[in-house]
Amino acid sequence: MDTTEYLDVFLDESREHLESLYKQLLALEKNPAEKTIIDEIFRAAHTLKGMSATMGYNDLATLTHKLENVFDGIRYDKIKVKTEMMDVLFDAVDHLTAMVEDIAAGGNGNRDVHQVTAHLDAIENKETTDDKKTGEPANALETITSLNEFELSILNESAERGFGNFEITVELRADCLLKGARVFMVFEVLEKLGEVIKSEPSVNDLEDENFESSFTVLFVSRCNQREIAEKINKVSEIKQVTINPFSISGYKQEQAKQQQTAEKPVQQTKETKTEEITLKQQGKSTYNKTIRVNIDRLDVLMNLFEELVIDRGRLEQISMDLNHSDLQETVERMTRVSGDLQSIILTIRMVPVDQVFNRFPRMIRQLARDLNKNVEIEIIGAETELDRTVIDEIGDPLVHLIRNAMDHGIETPEIRRQKGKPEQGTIKLEAYHSGNHVFIEISDDGAGINKDKVLKKAIANAVISQNQAKSLTDNQIYELIMASGFSTADTISDISGRGVGLDVVKNTIESLGGNISIAAEVGKGSTFSIQLPLTLSIISVLLIELQTEKYAIPLSSVIETAIIHKDDIMHAHRKKVIDFRGKVIPLVFLKDIFAVQGKDPEQQEYESIVIARKGDKLAGLVVDSFIGQQEIVLKSLGNYLTDVFAISGATILGDGQVALIIDCNALIK
Amino acid sequence: MENEAVLDKKVIVFQLKNEEYAVSVEQVGSIERIEPITRVPQTADFVKGVINMRGVVTPIIDLRKRFGIEEAEYSEATRIIIVYMDDIEVGLIVDAANDVIDIPESSIEPAPEVVGTVDVDYLEGVAKLKNRLLILLNLQKVLSKNEIKQLKSVEG
Repeated sequence: MDTTEYLDVFLDESREHLESLYKQLLALEKNPAEKTIIDEIFRAAHTLKGMSATMGYNDLATLTHKLENVFDGIRYDKIKVKTEMMDVLFDAVDHLTAMVEDIAAGGNGNRDVHQVTAHLDAIENKETTDDKKTGEPANALETITSLNEFELSILNESAERGFGNFEITVELRADCLLKGARVFMVFEVLEKLGEVIKSEPSVNDLEDENFESSFTVLFVSRCNQREIAEKINKVSEIKQVTINPFSISGYKQEQAKQQQTAEKPVQQTKETKTEEITLKQQGKSTYNKTIRVNIDRLDVLMNLFEELVIDRGRLEQISMDLNHSDLQETVERMTRVSGDLQSIILTIRMVPVDQVFNRFPRMIRQLARDLNKNVEIEIIGAETELDRTVIDEIGDPLVHLIRNAMDHGIETPEIRRQKGKPEQGTIKLEAYHSGNHVFIEISDDGAGINKDKVLKKAIANAVISQNQAKSLTDNQIYELIMASGFSTADTISDISGRGVGLDVVKNTIESLGGNISIAAEVGKGSTFSIQLPLTLSIISVLLIELQTEKYAIPLSSVIETAIIHKDDIMHAHRKKVIDFRGKVIPLVFLKDIFAVQGKDPEQQEYESIVIARKGDKLAGLVVDSFIGQQEIVLKSLGNYLTDVFAISGATILGDGQVALIIDCNALIK
Repeated sequence: MENEAVLDKKVIVFQLKNEEYAVSVEQVGSIERIEPITRVPQTADFVKGVINMRGVVTPIIDLRKRFGIEEAEYSEATRIIIVYMDDIEVGLIVDAANDVIDIPESSIEPAPEVVGTVDVDYLEGVAKLKNRLLILLNLQKVLSKNEIKQLKSVEG
């Protein structure tokens, strides 16, 4: 069977399931007895097994099968969740991830998993006294024989609210070929009419066609018996539908009777137990109306839209020149519509930061063990959305900051105890929207930042001079730790701390058009707060002119524009400065920096200045003239021209010309 | 050995001053007329700037300058050859784009090494055809980034 065309879907879904496995395992570690978590894990492992077997990845299937067995055991209380077991389980999932990534990279997903499977087998066999048979086809005509409390309570409640409880037995025709498909259709019909509480055999078995010809479901609905029967009968290849009202009291009596005659058929109770999965946790009822779209297509869509934005700019210009009222009106309307279109396309590209955050709990767990620290992570606002491009870039800086917080921030349990803090440290990861920005804050309740130590180190490493050190504010001191060539850890560990880290983090974030700031209190902890733009591809700029060349300055770094008289320019140590609202700020003559050719016009009385900022530092960029504000599409200069000084990219203007985008961060020291 | 199967190499022939150069046709995206170029400050002097190539911002290299030939005014015949090299896309300004021809692999010889000439590594070889001599370019070397950096440091 040629499965290549399904490979992408397989990979996507496998990754999703693996992610959910990790997440649930972490949850399980905290709540070893929680049934829903165990069911969730079982389901993920089961689906993964099915998928990989279909795709022909046997090692993957074998390992997931073992994992599934263990969780099957846990589900039926044959195996107790223990901490030492968790490591093996995490290890197994790590292996699975490695296999899936191998497949993604074009490999065949083969991997030596002897050790893990042996461990899993050990868990399974040690704890299970008797070997159980999984996936054994269920017997012929089914009746619902066992219900858990949860299901009972739903049934009770629905009866009180005037819903009808039904026991529906559907018998398929013997010559039915696609039993699984028919079952699926029946369930679809049922889900439209009400809710399926339980099915026998279990939905998993039904999907795998692990049943003879009939199945029974417990169903809650407002519709009457006849209606339901009619609707189900519309599905073809069904031989017979029997619907009986299901009475709870009757069921209880039945149960009681069984209790009396209990003990004897051990085999039977075990079998019925296997069916004890509620449909609730099958994820079927949580249908989300989404489709998977190849990211390349979104990129193409974005590119096409960018072209449209460029043409829109051109049209605006033409209609302005022509001064034709009908044309202007039409262009205005088009501008509005394309504005809406823009926001929709941008939101399509948005993904929740959870995609980055979800790997942190596991990372922290691992790090905490390596460092012998006791750390808990708290994640807030994982649903906050960011442009995919930003998400792709932000992962590494965040990893770095968290490692940093783990290594330098959080103290060892002994020290924490001495300081009167809880032994368990907390790292808080919070994301939220504000205006056109997304903020991500990483805070820990660790040791904070020791200012004196930072200063000493900075002076020792020649990051600043002794004199400079005296005039620094607290925040400026904290920012020193992000200067290159700085590391405060007394011992260099492999977790963090070679002084090449935080400055890289800072650069990455600034290259994304964001910035990072630090707040800290000795003994209480520190907070790194990152501000990021919502999107990278379309930005607002101020267009300016230098002779005949046009440049764009991102509005995010423009404070205001000013026109000042020549006489107001002052000189300070051979540098030209101006007094801007009581602050002395340096002037940057863009024409000199960009070596713009052409004769200087006659001595002008006034200079046009753009006040730009980088963090809280200001500078006045001297330009020839302002053109105006515009939305532009950010384009890169390509792979040939990299690292052009003070140019962060380019854009295409309405007239088809390329304008360069000025990187204010590089111009302001 | 080459004679067993005469492999032809399809090349685009272009002119610089009075010599003819060739690049493999697979590396050429398109040939364009000269367009207004936006200068990019603080780059090597043979980097003329960037143009809008159907929505893609493409750097432009003046090949005359790159090869140390004196500059000339652009004329009606001046062309920009858009070439691809790995993940790099660049336009080359040439005096004229003349031809697309097949040259047999067997006619390609290594670039002659003569004492007293500047040793350049961006020549892959020369192809001798009846009455023309084609200079084959090694685009990878022409576009080498080290070269840019080197030139930059000389300048600044």
